[in-house]
Amino acid sequence: MENLNIFVPRLLDSREYFTPGQRACQGCGETVALRQIMKSVGRNVILANATGCSEIISSPFPQTAWRVPWIHVAFENAAAVASGVEAGIKALERKGALPKRNIKVMAIAGDGATADIGFQALSGAVERGHNFVYVCLDNEAYMNTGIQRSSSTPFGAMTTTSPPGRMSKGQKTWKKNLPEILAAHEIPYVATASPSYPFDLIRKVKRAVEVDGPAYLHVLAVCPTGWRSAGEETIRLGRLAVETGVFPLYEVDQGKYTINLDPGELKPMKEYLGLQGRFRHLKPEDLEYIEDRIHTNFEKLRAKARMTAEDDKASRKASKQKPKKGKTAARSKK
Amino acid sequence: MSKRVGMEVSIAVAEAVKLANADVIAAYPITPQTHIVEHLSELVADGDLDAEYVCVESEHSAMSAVVGSSAAGARSFTATASQGLALMHEILFIASSMRLPIVMTVANRALSGPLSIWNDHSDIMASRDCGWIQYFVENGQEAFDHVLIAFRVAEDPEVSLPAIVNLDGFILSHMIEPHILLDDEEAARYIPPFRPINRLDPDNPVTMGDFATPDFYTEVKKGQEEALRDSRTTIDKGWQEFAELTGRKYQAVETYKTEGADILMLSMGALGETASVAVDRMRDKGLPVGLVKLRLWRPFPSDDLLKALGGAKKIVVMDRAISFGAATNPVAAEVASLLYDTEPRPCIFNSVIGLGGRDVRVEDFEAIVKKAMQGHTYPGPVGDYDLIGVRE
Amino acid sequence: MTSKEKAWTWKEIPVGAVAEDPGSSSQYLTGGWRSQRPVFTPDNCVQCGVCYIYCPDASIVMTPEGYPDILLDYCKGCGICARECYMATFGLSCFEMVDEEEFR
Repeated sequence: MENLNIFVPRLLDSREYFTPGQRACQGCGETVALRQIMKSVGRNVILANATGCSEIISSPFPQTAWRVPWIHVAFENAAAVASGVEAGIKALERKGALPKRNIKVMAIAGDGATADIGFQALSGAVERGHNFVYVCLDNEAYMNTGIQRSSSTPFGAMTTTSPPGRMSKGQKTWKKNLPEILAAHEIPYVATASPSYPFDLIRKVKRAVEVDGPAYLHVLAVCPTGWRSAGEETIRLGRLAVETGVFPLYEVDQGKYTINLDPGELKPMKEYLGLQGRFRHLKPEDLEYIEDRIHTNFEKLRAKARMTAEDDKASRKASKQKPKKGKTAARSKK
Repeated sequence: MSKRVGMEVSIAVAEAVKLANADVIAAYPITPQTHIVEHLSELVADGDLDAEYVCVESEHSAMSAVVGSSAAGARSFTATASQGLALMHEILFIASSMRLPIVMTVANRALSGPLSIWNDHSDIMASRDCGWIQYFVENGQEAFDHVLIAFRVAEDPEVSLPAIVNLDGFILSHMIEPHILLDDEEAARYIPPFRPINRLDPDNPVTMGDFATPDFYTEVKKGQEEALRDSRTTIDKGWQEFAELTGRKYQAVETYKTEGADILMLSMGALGETASVAVDRMRDKGLPVGLVKLRLWRPFPSDDLLKALGGAKKIVVMDRAISFGAATNPVAAEVASLLYDTEPRPCIFNSVIGLGGRDVRVEDFEAIVKKAMQGHTYPGPVGDYDLIGVRE
Repeated sequence: MTSKEKAWTWKEIPVGAVAEDPGSSSQYLTGGWRSQRPVFTPDNCVQCGVCYIYCPDASIVMTPEGYPDILLDYCKGCGICARECYMATFGLSCFEMVDEEEFR
């Protein structure tokens, strides 16, 4: 909660562009994220939403929880639909058929729709350089269809298609690192966010939207139903994920890595995993493996941040440019 | 204005899209559609067409992108064939249910497997229930004209449905034919600016693509079905206006030398020209043969076809796709259903021709007709179709 | 949905089955799902707005003075507000989650 001394919720737009009456579960992390995202992006946006929780809970015909233009087509094509919307608006504005209003285009999709079935469309859309923001709401499984695994499901997690059993320890593979894959596409802006850090998320949405070209936001969406956690712990879990290093809060802005919240010493994995029933079956050696790997990954991230900070320093020195203003993130305290 | 220019049909199709002043083109290359999308790229690159050309990474994304752009209010076009059409299959149904007036040209090509780049109608037949308006053209001029007609009709607020123009891959798409092009002013007069019924607009936010419970799904489908059937009125209007503009009058069903014909062939697409030559030859020999050409496939022009087929004792329906394991093949199935109540019921013969691009010559049509003439009178077992030319 | 909408004939369905009324989901009162509700006492409230920003259902609005106002029509009783109340850090949470039965 460290960032609350800079901003207060009262300063946010009080209008809800994602209205109550949506059919999400009690304590749904995705809806906290969506509320915050909408407060950041405002009304001048067109949303292309993939099939999934966020889509189903908000659009039962003839109702809608959306007070902005919104389109849902299918499961794997949010990025492609957003590409088309962006291209359409661009063409119409250029040809004078629409006044230029700087309408933002945003794709919203779950981890299944992003890491798996919609991976191709996402890669294609960002490669083409469309001016849009892609938000992945990651609840770490195909939650809407009943908690089946995705490639974003963390190692060892119980899902209905990676259940623990005599022959199985739950999810066999490590979580696919989507933010790094997107950073490898060398797009202008990639960031991770958690609704437990609302102002960090809100700032990142603003940055993603203002950047010219594709931006990718990977948002952790705690799912009490799928994670088997208590509804009231959703925000706490989103915070613990960051504090244990499981979900590092960082951004890659024009290739420069910045860790927004470096806890220094990462909290023990048990604190985070212990609150979730989906990890209940894991043995101490599994926890050890997970913790080691998380820590290794976090070190790699720190190294990237140091390396790109040096690159930045070196290139600034070389070109004798003044450093860019607007540093709002907490820097690594080491 | 009415100068005839020799060009490849694919190029003419691209020129039509340019004349229609499309706003967004999102396409993925697939033989034999490539020349269409390549020429469109050139037109955009040279500034001859002011459009956003989106080089999507698959046909599924191509259709998804034009759904997005059409929903945003942009005139949208794509093209594909065969596997590409199959890949975008799920989105076709969504595009029509969302009533988005996208125009697509399909350079008809056989579906895998085995992989075949050559022409038949299996691609479009596998998607015939997608809810789009579907035309079949026979020659380059028709292909060119129907891109414009497709936009005119699709975007009409009375219709607001997507449309497919089917042109046979290679045997039509790659032919050099004479075309009379329109100029920009004529095209602009023919196709009014796109005023969508629904548009993604922050000033008037709507939600497109709600999910529907059993309480609503049926009614939405009924609405879609009625819209497609009713589109016939606007299609006729579109053809009429086109005739007034250019003198070229199109109809849902065209007849060729059907007067007094006891036996009629029914075909769709480019092979109609070959069939016409066969009709000429057979008529010269005194055989009472005629040809009926189906230009409008969806909405199916029942009344026109009934009229055109009326009086014939035998009808040979050409199919260019097999509907595996079915009672009969796609076109024959429609015709048989259509003629079910006719008294006296004509005899229907079904020939499947030119699968996977196998050549169909004038002589083949003559042989088909000869066989039909010798076949049963009534009732003919429709299910026993002839797979013409198969080596057995 | 309204009973009128439920009885829509196919002709009355908007073209393309678009939902034309933005925010109409608010006709559905998710408050009926609750098994517990947050009860607020203002004594310790520092008007930080944390409960407001963390509520998944936008069921907490802030009064002009900065106090939370629970929209019982929509509150699903998840308990996040009570759990995350800034004053809970000091054991002085402004919310108590009370069984819905108490209010029947």
